Amino acid sequence: MSDAAHAHEAHGHHAQPTGIMRWLTTTNHKDIGTLYLFFSLIMLFAAGSMALMIRAELFQPGMQLTHPDFFNQLTTMHGLIMIFGVIMPAFSGFANWQVPLMLGAPDMAFPRMNNWAFWILPVAGILLMVSFLLPGGAVAGGWTMYPPLFIQGGISYDLTILAVHIMGLSSIMGSINIITTILNMRAPGLTLMKMPLFCWTWLITAYLLIATMPVLAGAVTMLLTDRNFGTHFFNAAGGGDPVMFQHIFWFFAHPEVYILILPAFGIVSQIIPTFARKPLFGYASMVYATASIAILSFIVWAHHMFTVGMPVAGQLFFMFSTMLIAVPTGVKVFNWVATMWRGSLTFETPMLFAIAFVCLFTIGGFSGLVLAIAPVDIQLHDTYYVVAHFHYVLVSGALFSIFAGIYYWLPKWTGHMYDETLGKWHFWLSVIGMNIVFFPMHFLGLAGMPRRIPDYALQFTEFNQIATVGAFIFGFSQLIFLAVVLKAIRGGARASARVWEGAEGLEWTVPSPAPYHTFEVAPVLK
Amino acid sequence: MAAGNARTLGKLVVATVAMFGFGFALVPFYYKICEVTGINAGAEQSLAKNTQVDASRWVTLEFDANTNAALPWRFTPMQRSLKVHPGQLVQVEYEITNTSDHEIVGQAVPSYGPARAAAFFRKIECFCFTPQTLAAGESRRMPVMFVLDPAMDRDVHTVTLSYTFFDAGAEGASPKGRGRG
Repeated sequence: MSDAAHAHEAHGHHAQPTGIMRWLTTTNHKDIGTLYLFFSLIMLFAAGSMALMIRAELFQPGMQLTHPDFFNQLTTMHGLIMIFGVIMPAFSGFANWQVPLMLGAPDMAFPRMNNWAFWILPVAGILLMVSFLLPGGAVAGGWTMYPPLFIQGGISYDLTILAVHIMGLSSIMGSINIITTILNMRAPGLTLMKMPLFCWTWLITAYLLIATMPVLAGAVTMLLTDRNFGTHFFNAAGGGDPVMFQHIFWFFAHPEVYILILPAFGIVSQIIPTFARKPLFGYASMVYATASIAILSFIVWAHHMFTVGMPVAGQLFFMFSTMLIAVPTGVKVFNWVATMWRGSLTFETPMLFAIAFVCLFTIGGFSGLVLAIAPVDIQLHDTYYVVAHFHYVLVSGALFSIFAGIYYWLPKWTGHMYDETLGKWHFWLSVIGMNIVFFPMHFLGLAGMPRRIPDYALQFTEFNQIATVGAFIFGFSQLIFLAVVLKAIRGGARASARVWEGAEGLEWTVPSPAPYHTFEVAPVLK
Repeated sequence: MAAGNARTLGKLVVATVAMFGFGFALVPFYYKICEVTGINAGAEQSLAKNTQVDASRWVTLEFDANTNAALPWRFTPMQRSLKVHPGQLVQVEYEITNTSDHEIVGQAVPSYGPARAAAFFRKIECFCFTPQTLAAGESRRMPVMFVLDPAMDRDVHTVTLSYTFFDAGAEGASPKGRGRG
């Protein structure tokens, strides 16, 4: 943004603080979106480094680099930070930037709450990272926080519970903002069923967050009181039941996995029509499929617990309800493919990531169906097959959609085209590296290698070495991504207002870079 | 619009607080479900389940009882045969009666068929561990408790447990059986 534009804006509004205070006090949805995205990027490198330490240890059987307890801290913190510190803030960043632009709204509904929602996040991030330095180290009981381990740990367990509370509060405030903005602040004539699909998926995601985050807050509050205030919710010695924690936790955490993927569906549903130069196939069915996935996500939680002990009738119910989710998900994949069918396709970096998303997310979906089968799950539970499954869904699903969205909207945000050559390098190294890491894990899991263990039997060595090589390719190729982003912020070819030939929607009617204040007068829809 | 936003905010805050309460409401709900469906019932859990039972196969046990010709006792098993899983705790009973007119001390000696099953026949309680003293005309029921070791060869489908009572006072009577008691 040029200084002249700044000076011009400052006339009609309160004087802008500069420097750090500008960012601390900002209530502008674009600033807050940027903050979310940078926070997410920093956390991506933090949690990614933990993943590389894990893979380095697993390069050979036996203990090489880490102490087993530190290894457990790495797996736990990698999971917690990637979910709560990377994927969720990145989607919040997209929502902050794009929802007002797509709806023709001047800002989010509650700008001050928006500022709070972001600025408590770094506090949670610091609490998590600091716990590595405390006596006993960071939490090592797994990101699922199961008792009894989570009741028995040291001070860092309390800090983590507090961090989860804060991150939950942040996403609830963000969700309230998004729902209110979408319901009340659309441009005149923009009905709900004319909204861009990204807004629809975020609206449904925000409702999921409102419904489940408080349940997680309740569960970790019970952990906290069990630890410090003498209650016995989950302590069997006091008449509690640790299995109950798993039910409450997964009642939150299964909708949570859709919270991590529905905005990804939205981003991909914006990108594929742009580069296929065709409207999205089956818009209404996309909306209904998203809503069905969200509703079904509340009745499938116990498929994470088939080995815990459950009557056969319960296993059958959760097995079939889980498989039912494949139907709306299949509708979505079909619609994306049908959108590309006979389109005038071009393959810029956002489209490459979106196509990789459709292919690789589907692999993750299918391995999920395998795991949904109760008798198979009992064999595969807590093996590397599960690790392969959820990394296909979260890396080539959620993370790739984030990359796709960044490349897609970066010209609109910065006013500069990103470096397409570097972008393609980033894409190909990521997609190849990602498959080298996670595909062999299917075989390791089927052969019985358990997850969350720093050592393994000799026969697993080769596949683990392949996975580690892939992890380092994938990990270091993210430095290219960092370079692309920084380069586009500093300069590059001027981006036009529409940026992409096939782009449709209100966000492409404002100049690039998007001015600090947009749609102060609601646009008129044709 | 501001009033509309405030109204939406109010509803969403109520929903958030309600869902926080719902998380805690799941606690009594969980116990109620367990109670109604009988899952997780305390009595059932307290029965230590023997995980060593090999439920994949059945073994037929046959019980045989003999007395040495010099011993005037009647000795009969209360059951002739039984189908069990290896690893299962089994209790059977035998009855002895002294048909003579004086007190006699007897000692039972077990034998097994096939002989290789002997090493897998783990007795916990047996009347053959000690000499038995019976008054004239006295009758007594005595238990044997044992477990068939699941490590027993899978091709053994029938095991015969045979006891022979000897007069413990007479010469040549063995105080201990070969089955390690």
